[in-house]
Amino acid sequence: MAITEKTPLELGPGDTARYAERPLGVFTRPQEGRGWRDWLSTVDHKRIGILYGASAMFFFLVGGVEALLIRLQLAAPEGSVLGADVYNQVYTMHGVTMVFLFIMPLAAAFANYFIPLQIGARDVAFPRLNALSYWIWLSGAIFLNTSWIVGGGGADCGWFCYSTNSGVAFSPSHGVDFYAIGLQILGIASLVSSVNLIVTCLNMRAPGMTLMRMPVLTWMLLITQFLLLFALPVITVALFLLMFDRLFDAQFFNPDAGADPLLWQHLFWIFGHPEVYIIILPAFGVVSEIIPTFSRKPLFGYEFMVFSGIAIGFMGWGVWAHHMFVSGMGPISVAAFSLSTMFIAVPTGVKVLNWLATMWGGKLRFTVAMKFAVATVAMFTIGGLSGVTHSVAPADTQQTDTYYIVAHFHYVIFGGGVLGLFAGLYFWWPKVWGHFLNERLGNWNFWIMLVGFNLTFGPMHILGLQGMSRRIDTYARGYGFEFWNMAATVGSLLIAVSVLIFMWNVVKSKRDAPHLPPPGPDPWDARSLEWSIPSPVPTHNFDTVPQVHGRDEWWHSKYAENDEGQVVRVATTEEAAQTGEATGVHLPSPSFWPLAVAVGLPLIGYGLIFNLWLALVGALLTIASLYSWAMEPVDDPDAAHDHHEEHHEAGDAEPDDEGDQP
Amino acid sequence: MSDTATSEHSEPDTAAEHHDTEHAHPSDWAYVKIAVVLAVITALEVFTYFESVVDWGVALVPSLIFMMIVKFYLVATWFMHLRFDSKLFGRMFTAGLTLAVGVYLVTLTVFEFWV
Amino acid sequence: MSAEPLVADHAHDVSDHGHDPHATTTGLSHTKLAMWVFLGSECLLFGGLISTYLLYKTRGNGRTLPTDVFDIPFTSVSSFVLLMSSLTMVLALSAVSRGEDEAGRTWLLATALLGGIFVGGQVYEFTSFVREGVAFTTNPASSAFFTLTGFHGVHVSLGIVMLMSLFVASVKGKLTQRNAETVEIVGLYWHFVDIVWIFIFTVIYLIPAD
Repeated sequence: MAITEKTPLELGPGDTARYAERPLGVFTRPQEGRGWRDWLSTVDHKRIGILYGASAMFFFLVGGVEALLIRLQLAAPEGSVLGADVYNQVYTMHGVTMVFLFIMPLAAAFANYFIPLQIGARDVAFPRLNALSYWIWLSGAIFLNTSWIVGGGGADCGWFCYSTNSGVAFSPSHGVDFYAIGLQILGIASLVSSVNLIVTCLNMRAPGMTLMRMPVLTWMLLITQFLLLFALPVITVALFLLMFDRLFDAQFFNPDAGADPLLWQHLFWIFGHPEVYIIILPAFGVVSEIIPTFSRKPLFGYEFMVFSGIAIGFMGWGVWAHHMFVSGMGPISVAAFSLSTMFIAVPTGVKVLNWLATMWGGKLRFTVAMKFAVATVAMFTIGGLSGVTHSVAPADTQQTDTYYIVAHFHYVIFGGGVLGLFAGLYFWWPKVWGHFLNERLGNWNFWIMLVGFNLTFGPMHILGLQGMSRRIDTYARGYGFEFWNMAATVGSLLIAVSVLIFMWNVVKSKRDAPHLPPPGPDPWDARSLEWSIPSPVPTHNFDTVPQVHGRDEWWHSKYAENDEGQVVRVATTEEAAQTGEATGVHLPSPSFWPLAVAVGLPLIGYGLIFNLWLALVGALLTIASLYSWAMEPVDDPDAAHDHHEEHHEAGDAEPDDEGDQP
Repeated sequence: MSDTATSEHSEPDTAAEHHDTEHAHPSDWAYVKIAVVLAVITALEVFTYFESVVDWGVALVPSLIFMMIVKFYLVATWFMHLRFDSKLFGRMFTAGLTLAVGVYLVTLTVFEFWV
Repeated sequence: MSAEPLVADHAHDVSDHGHDPHATTTGLSHTKLAMWVFLGSECLLFGGLISTYLLYKTRGNGRTLPTDVFDIPFTSVSSFVLLMSSLTMVLALSAVSRGEDEAGRTWLLATALLGGIFVGGQVYEFTSFVREGVAFTTNPASSAFFTLTGFHGVHVSLGIVMLMSLFVASVKGKLTQRNAETVEIVGLYWHFVDIVWIFIFTVIYLIPAD
């Protein structure tokens, strides 16, 4: 059974880094190497992390172009860049792309890459399932976007796709079908990955790495995985019902037949509100690593940080209906959800205070990563405060469906999530690639992005309070919307410039790297275990599995208190760090089957929309691939450790039951 | 969520507990006895359907729910071994179960389902 | 599957501190933990479908409701069959973990058979409902009913596929005492599907719809 794979990551005798070929099914068992084919079969959590990150950045550009189209359309009154219909599709796909195809996979990139490193593991619990998650995610992402070509346009119902707008009557193209099925495919990917990473966090920690010694990034990512685990099935149900309504004439959202469209809103937001924390918590984790490092102080109130994260994750389940204050659900419900929403600001405020207290009295170094991190705290606080204004139901009644909401959630998601993840990119770039991102270009990137972001979304508060509706494709002259809309459009172009600078930085840094001194294992004098190993990280991660004695393990292997109670350096990085020179570390063998399984799913999707025979082909492909996967030993039996063979073949003899998620 | 936190403190115990109890799975005879109990409860449940025999009145729905919970509990604790296995497994499951019961009861309440 | 055989195979250590590389942090198997985590997630999936049905069960749009055509005695029998398949499942695990492969195969086959009877009963139920005027598209209540029970039926069918795969593996001699945990994992899934039905049987079928 597929999910039963184990990862025997021990140092064995002799060099087993390359395995002999063995024909298995239609594929030759792939070997680990450096060519592009190895990326298709890799099960290395670091490579999968890089794949997630690179694909996410690609879709960031796609979603960014959609955003620019929106802003160009709205730059001046009576804009005619896009028609109303295309405008609906563009803002819908902008939201869906940015949430599901950019921020979530970018956070998944951090999770894949750094959870094992931060807990001192050599890979995740189920390396092949990890590859499966990525390939399913990519197939879902591509599927979703092909609706532009074969579906008669993108979905046009807003990213939350309220019923009855999402019905065939109001959205006759196939866009919403692609939305419903595409998000289900993406959901499978995230679900598989959440199970995998939860087990990794709980079960693969290095000796001594208790839960309360885990770095805060790992903690926040773990909470995120729990939110994904429990939130995704809810939207899966909703999407399932929507798909049945649209494709098979079910009656779930047909008010004429007595159905209640509010059912969609509840199911969507039971998922959708935890989703907000799924987006923001990884960024909180990133910031919680960067601020202590560049303040040269331990994180203030580690326990509070962890428990407030847990509290956010938990309370995030009790506030969903604040998205529905104007839906007419009754005063008691509104009052209850209004109260719970006000309370959820408390643990978030705890976090902000802890970050500030960490910096207080610290020896601050404002690198680009630190600037992004501090900006994240500041911008998220603004977004959080406008969020509190929404929790007041009477005020929210005025603000619902205006640009004030758009301003709020962009301050939270862009100001919190995106800036936070950019901080992470600058911080961990040397660890992943073995060279720094250029700090001077990084400063340009940071300042232009910060100014552009505020210029884009700040004015939207004003526009919203002036009464400008969201989702309208244009507006007439004379309402006082002109100036601030133009300002927002200029701001969005500045954001685009800053992203281009980032891309140029990526290219230039790589080009300059050979002429610059290498960053070494620990360029920032940081605190957690990933900095105790070489940059870039060797395939086997750790030469020896570290023994953990406390929080900030790596910091304490470099520094200690002397007799006067002063913190002094006791070991240089070179003395304390691992060399990465171990050979013969037995790693899980690569496999093509995760990719093959993932290819089948979009075929099922196209089949459901266009022709059920195609769905049958896709289903057969997926099932056959699952069986082949199950029959394939986790470790290549011709590798040195061939005594695994009997065990694994016997154990893996039935299909993966993750497949039953629709 | 809170489960992950609490599992921290009990973690060494759960591991130890696991090893202590691993081989203490019940005998087949115990499973059969549980199945008999399940069968009897099911018979009782079906019995309620034939109203002409006994009038359950307002007690009907609470009794049915109670019998359902007992069956659910017996299968989960005996057949799924939750009472013999590490508490961590049960915590993972009850986290999902509790969350599901919670959010969906609230949703039905908002729809005034009980009125 | 289980950590034990591997641990026995590899006594050598990698860490400087004498820590066994195969021992998991909690001492629990990855796979079993993963299955329980996954089942936690499944609760929200079925919960959503059950709530949808409860919300819609009286919304008939002037046509026949599923509750009007329920055949409680018939469903009781198939529910009982599924319940007893949990017994045979746990007996299969018990036999395999004692090393009694022959008995294990018998119980696996019995479980799959009982599951098959249940699915067959569901197919019969569906067709007779359609004959009586309750089809998938009839009204919100019928859409919700068929989606919920159909979804559960798909889960049972997947379970049968897994059981048969185990059976074949056992015939080939690949399922032995040392990987009894595979049977346990499939068993967990199977029992979960059973407790979902315990819930559905009471809440959907037995509790009268006013």
